[in-house]
Amino acid sequence: MHELGIVFYIIRDVKQAALEHSVQKVSGVVMNIGEVSTIIPDYLTDCWRWAADKEDLLRGAELKINTIPAVTYCEDCHAEYGTVAHGKICPRCGSEHTCLLRGNEVEIKEIEVPNE
Amino acid sequence: MDPVKVIEIKKSIFADNDEDAARLRKELKEKGVFLLNLMSSPGSGKTTTLIQTIGRLKDRIRIAVMEADIDSDVDAVKIKEATGIPSIQLHTGGMCHLDAEMTRQGLDNVDLSQVDLVILENVGNLVCPAEFDTGAVCNAMILSVPEGEDKPLKYPLMFSVCDVVVINKMDVLPYFDFNLEKCKEYIHMRNPKAQVIPICAKTGEGVDAFAAWLLEQVCNWKKQ
Repeated sequence: MHELGIVFYIIRDVKQAALEHSVQKVSGVVMNIGEVSTIIPDYLTDCWRWAADKEDLLRGAELKINTIPAVTYCEDCHAEYGTVAHGKICPRCGSEHTCLLRGNEVEIKEIEVPNE
Repeated sequence: MDPVKVIEIKKSIFADNDEDAARLRKELKEKGVFLLNLMSSPGSGKTTTLIQTIGRLKDRIRIAVMEADIDSDVDAVKIKEATGIPSIQLHTGGMCHLDAEMTRQGLDNVDLSQVDLVILENVGNLVCPAEFDTGAVCNAMILSVPEGEDKPLKYPLMFSVCDVVVINKMDVLPYFDFNLEKCKEYIHMRNPKAQVIPICAKTGEGVDAFAAWLLEQVCNWKKQ
């Protein structure tokens, strides 16, 4: 279960951030998840529910997912194109000299805490 | 007043592990120890390949093995019985990969002043181990013929982080639709720098080439 492992890292980092900001309760965590990050959002939120509810800090906190579209850059013709639709081969010039610009993020964007 | 306050974090969940791995690599460099991270699917022949490789290198360099599995110690016992070299078992406690911290905990149980090469046999899995830097100097992976030539297309990250791809079970090639040239092409699409070494761990064919590659990496690391 790949996503469960990822959830443990998210929880560790959120706990660390909560400590740094003297936060006692987190109500939401917003993630930036790239389209080609190998993470399945539904599995991630399922694993989150199971694991987060075991932590006082995170009980009931919602995991929100922001999907970052994957974009690839062609080093030969300098085109930028959608990675999911076209993969490694540039649809404009057919080159294989391409690299991923964005879309593999697994990033905590922000945490939400109840305003008291 | 808004019901919630937002605190911006903007941090990759891999960031801490990447830093930790870089630190571990530096410590290993100072101690003159080369760490190889060996990855593959379950059943590709990692342990058999290791036994064959260690047999060719153990009189020239000092080797230790760390076996990472979700449970059991069958691999560590097998390595120790077959090669006589120190071998320890790490349990990941259900996790599908090792990270730098777990690797460090494992290395604490190895006498690093007595070894040149530590081989970490990662959990059999082509997804998560590729995402977590263990602190290893080189990454190697084994792809076996029955798994199919298209694996580099399905698990691109794994193939892009590897310095060497060993193609195992070459003896069964006639029974499978596995095109070695096509497979090499797919690997190089993902990673033009990856070395590809076909072997048969069961008969030992091709293992000399892998052992020579590994010995060269270890010598370079200790020399630099």
